[in-house]
Amino acid sequence: MRRIRAFGHFWWDFVVGDDWRAAAGVVLAIGATAALVAGGVDAWWLLPASVAVILALSLQRAAKP
Amino acid sequence: MTSAVFLVLSAFLASAVEFVEALTIVLASGITRGWRSSLVGLGAATVVLAAIVAALGPALKLIPIDALRLVVGGLLLAFGLQWLRKAILRASGYKELHDEAAIFAREAAEARSAAHDERAGLDWYGFTLSFKGVLLEGLEVAFIVVTFGSTQGNIGLAALGAGIALVLVATVGVLVRAPLARVPENTMKFAVGVMLTTFGIFWGAEGAGAHWPGDDASLPGVLGFVIVLSFSSVALLRRRRLAFA
Repeated sequence: MRRIRAFGHFWWDFVVGDDWRAAAGVVLAIGATAALVAGGVDAWWLLPASVAVILALSLQRAAKP
Repeated sequence: MTSAVFLVLSAFLASAVEFVEALTIVLASGITRGWRSSLVGLGAATVVLAAIVAALGPALKLIPIDALRLVVGGLLLAFGLQWLRKAILRASGYKELHDEAAIFAREAAEARSAAHDERAGLDWYGFTLSFKGVLLEGLEVAFIVVTFGSTQGNIGLAALGAGIALVLVATVGVLVRAPLARVPENTMKFAVGVMLTTFGIFWGAEGAGAHWPGDDASLPGVLGFVIVLSFSSVALLRRRRLAFA
């Protein structure tokens, strides 16, 4: 059990890291892009715009005085 | 052609950074606990990593390319934003710079104070230190090679970038026999964060069904966007830090 937990912890740390909100933001942004494309909008611009917002918010949290 | 160059360059840079970190651990283990255990640990980890790449590479080819790009794009973007975030925080003074010499000194001190435990004719601490270090750093390389290579349909090209980095770092490591503190690791980590984020954005959007204007030709545009975003973030954070100082 401990090994499974350690394995899960390793992958969580590897992909998500110390800001889970940023990873959640990425999932939401990709989901929103897929939804817009399914609705007929070629939303290639959404992911770069979302990354700018996600990164800004993540940096703001990390650099809180 | 553009994406092939990016592919090799990204795999090279990311792998070089990880190999420099692995080398520091192998050196700390070898110098303090003996080279035999350290090198056997290095060899064992290399075999495990090769098996992971050999198993995952062909398995990923069975997944439809759009689904693969969607998942890999998402993973790379989450992973790349982590690197980029840390690199921006380091460059703006909010996080300590990565220092191989300091890490080497810490690892070596811990290795010296550990008790001697011999198993299978090896110093067990030296073996596990080297094995774990190479395996963990190498997993990141394997992840990058497999994801980059499979989404571009060319694992060989990504492996080439990683292979060049391995040969280069190993050669310099053997010649110098000291942690590669002069390698501009923080700058390289910044570049890798930028590359991973760029590929993550590109493949994530493609996997979600969007079409980039000009297809692959838009990749340099995405790269330029991420670079501008990163440098402006560093500038803003530096100004903010000075204002609060």
